[in-house]
Amino acid sequence: MNLNATLIIQIVVFLTFVWFTKSFVWPPIVKALDERAKKIADGLAAADKAKADLANAEKKSGEELRAARESASELRSGAEKQAARLVEDARAEANRIIAAARDAATAEAGAAAQKAKDALRDQVAVLAVAGAERILRREINAEVHADLLSNLKQELS
Amino acid sequence: MASGTELAHGPTPGEYIAHHLTFLNNTGEPQAQLVNWGLVNLDSLFYSVILGMITVFVLYRAAAKATSGVPGRFQAAVEILVEMVADQAKGLIHSEQSRRYVAPLALTVFLWILLMNAMDLLPVDLLPRIWEGIYASAGHDPHHAYMRVVPTADINVTMGMSIAVLLVCLFYNVKIKGIGGWAHELISAPFGDKLILAPFNFLMNIIEFLAKTVSHGMRLFGNMFAGELIFMLIALMGAAWTGVNASSILLAFGHVVAGFAWAVFHILVITLQAFIFMMLTLVYVGQAHESH
Repeated sequence: MNLNATLIIQIVVFLTFVWFTKSFVWPPIVKALDERAKKIADGLAAADKAKADLANAEKKSGEELRAARESASELRSGAEKQAARLVEDARAEANRIIAAARDAATAEAGAAAQKAKDALRDQVAVLAVAGAERILRREINAEVHADLLSNLKQELS
Repeated sequence: MASGTELAHGPTPGEYIAHHLTFLNNTGEPQAQLVNWGLVNLDSLFYSVILGMITVFVLYRAAAKATSGVPGRFQAAVEILVEMVADQAKGLIHSEQSRRYVAPLALTVFLWILLMNAMDLLPVDLLPRIWEGIYASAGHDPHHAYMRVVPTADINVTMGMSIAVLLVCLFYNVKIKGIGGWAHELISAPFGDKLILAPFNFLMNIIEFLAKTVSHGMRLFGNMFAGELIFMLIALMGAAWTGVNASSILLAFGHVVAGFAWAVFHILVITLQAFIFMMLTLVYVGQAHESH
């Protein structure tokens, strides 16, 4: 353990290395560390904000969903009402058509019956004349007895 | 922890230890006087500068590639060290501006001393033996091929660093308190601000500075010197090899066991001493900031 000039040189060497570290090593590393700390802090803040935003959006979407559901049910009940009305109208129209058809048919049937009756009546007169002719075995002048026949026709109607 | 058995007429244990404890200075001869300012220990300075350059180079690589994004493992490792030192400095030195100089100082000191101490873990004969070969092939007497590889086992190195720390402390004393304020503190603390007490106060402060600096350097030196010496003593066990016989085998076995155990224990000493030196540096500089 002898002292010599190594001591002095070591002081200079020491201070030189310290100067180097202080100038070129420490500042960039500490800067990087501080920047990262800031980044992490910012990131955490952003995450908190995003969480709050998400909660807001969820609330908003819930509200809109409810509003949409309400308007949809309104629409549906309107549509149902309209459909019911349409069915009702259709039913009334159908009834009307059926009634008209029935009336027409009845009228037609009545007319046909009348026509048949008329034809029948005409023939009955001929038949009656022919019958009477046979019964009486004599000629009856149709023109002479027209009044009689017309009376008979009247009675048959 | 190789041994010197290769020599045909090996040195005696005393010669072996003495040879290993001699520095390579600019004269090539062992230093005879206790203090000689004309001599320089080339081996201590060589290893000290090389290891210091490795330290700052590694740190510089980390600093040059430092990113605030996701760090790699290397960057993270350096950052852990930086944070550790920065935290300690924050606790001991309350001036932000001083920390900008003192914290890098502490980081340099810690890593550099760690590396210098770690030279102890190399086999005690490895580098000296290589140097002996070089020295002999250059045509010199291999018995004068001195080489000590642990710079912190050289009191010049450790005292040099502790004196550098003292200079930093004195600088901050003057910077923080002003030359007048500091001078006043030197003669008024710790006993009291009275004229009659001034010489005692002054003496006490000088003793305090001396004791701090000397103990700072001597603590590191003592630990590393003792560690190195014990490695040499362990190496003597293997050096006692005389052929395949019971005592030689037993000693060689003891060499391996003791060498392993001491090396493992020494890992703790190396780290602890580097950390203590760094912490005391911070404490002393911190004290320079406080007025009594």
